[in-house]
Amino acid sequence: MKSLILIIVSGALINNVVLNQFLGICSFLGVSKQMKASASLGMAVIFVITIASAVASLLYDFVLKPFGIDFMKTIVFILVIAALVQIVEMFLKKTSPAIYKSLGIFLPLITTNCAVLGVALTNVQNGYNFIECVLSGFGTAVGFTIAIVLLASVRVRIREEDLPAPLRGAPIVLISAALMSIAFMGFGGLSF
Amino acid sequence: MNKYVERLYNGLIKENPTLVLMLGMCPTLAVSTRAMNGIGMGLSTTAVLILSNLVISLLRKAIPDEIRLPSYIVIVASLVTVTELLIEAYLPSVYDALGIYIPLIVVNCIILGRAEAYANKNTPLLSVMDGLGMGLGFTVALTLAGLVREILGNGSAFGVRILPESVEPMGIFVQPPGAFLVIALFIIIMNAIGIKTRQKKLVEGCDGCCASCASSCPKAEEVTK
Repeated sequence: MKSLILIIVSGALINNVVLNQFLGICSFLGVSKQMKASASLGMAVIFVITIASAVASLLYDFVLKPFGIDFMKTIVFILVIAALVQIVEMFLKKTSPAIYKSLGIFLPLITTNCAVLGVALTNVQNGYNFIECVLSGFGTAVGFTIAIVLLASVRVRIREEDLPAPLRGAPIVLISAALMSIAFMGFGGLSF
Repeated sequence: MNKYVERLYNGLIKENPTLVLMLGMCPTLAVSTRAMNGIGMGLSTTAVLILSNLVISLLRKAIPDEIRLPSYIVIVASLVTVTELLIEAYLPSVYDALGIYIPLIVVNCIILGRAEAYANKNTPLLSVMDGLGMGLGFTVALTLAGLVREILGNGSAFGVRILPESVEPMGIFVQPPGAFLVIALFIIIMNAIGIKTRQKKLVEGCDGCCASCASSCPKAEEVTK
C-alpha cells in the first residue's frame, strides 16, 4: 500500500513530468496562457494518460512479452495511443457531449504529447504491474495538471508587468518555469 | 548558392530548428546537462531525420494524403527503434546517458514537421540534405546549450575541467531549473541583438508543437481566447 502511494506522490510531485523530466513541454508552454484552458487540458491529460498507461501495460504483459517482441514497444505504443485518443474522442462525442465540449478539442493535441508515450515507456522500464502502471500514469498526469495550472496563474499576473523588451514573450515564461522547477526540487526531500 | 548547400545553410543558421523555429524543446531541455549528451542526442536525431526524410520523400507519391500522418509515424517509429537498438549495442554509455529520450525521438516535432513541410514535396536528394542541415542545426544548438550548462554547473567542458578549482560551479545549472534558465538566456540574447525567432509561437498556442496537431490548433485557440 505504501509503495502505491509513493508511486502517485513521486509521479505527481517529486519527478514532476514537466518540471523535472521535460515531457510535454509543448502544451505546457503553449496552452498555459489561460487558466480555464489549462485546467481543461489538464483534465483531458489525466483522462488520456491513465487509460493509455492501462492499455499499454496490458498490451506489454499479454502480447509483446509472451511473443518476445518487446523491442517493438515504441511503435506499438505510439500507434495504440493515437488510436485510443481517436476512440475516446468518438466515444465522448456520442455519450457525453458536455464533457466532449470541454475536453474534446484538446484530445488530438495530446496524441503527440511526449508525456503519454514517455509514461508508458517508463512504466515498462520500471517493470511495474498493471495496478502500478495505472497509478503511475494517474500520478504523472496529476503532476502535469498541477504544473500547467500553476504556470497559467503565474502568467496571468506577468501579463500586466512592464518588462524589458528582450524578456517579453517566451523568456519570462521560461524563467517562471525555472523558478517553479526550483520549488518542486524541494519535494525531493520528502521521505516516507 | 547551390540548392543543396542552401539546404544545409537553411537548417544550420537561417531556420535553425531549436534556436529559430523553437521546435523540439523537450529533448533540448532534458539532455543538455552535458555537452557530450547534446552531441549524442543530436546525432541520433540527425540519423533518424535523414533516413525518415529519405524514405518519406521516396514514398511521397505512394502514400495517400488522408493517411499520411499515421504512415509517417510508423516510418519514424521503425527508424527510431533501429537507432535505439544500434546505440544500445555499440554505444552503451550514450544509451545510459540519454535513456528514455532515445525512443522519444519519435515524438520530436522536428521530424514530423520536416516530413510534413519538406520531404513530402521534394526530391529524395534534397530531402536528405534538408534532414542533414536540420539535424546538424539541432545538434549544434543542443551542444551549445549543453556546453553552457556544463561550464556553469560543473566547471567543465566535454568532461574536462576548465574553471580553476577555486571557482565553485553553480550546481543549479545541471539540475532541471538550469535548462529553463539557459534556454531563456539564449532567447533573451537573440531578442536583444534583434534576431527574429518564432519565440512567440512557443508560448502563444500550439503552433510550435507538431504537424499532426496543426489541424486542431484553430479550435484550441478559440478556447484560449
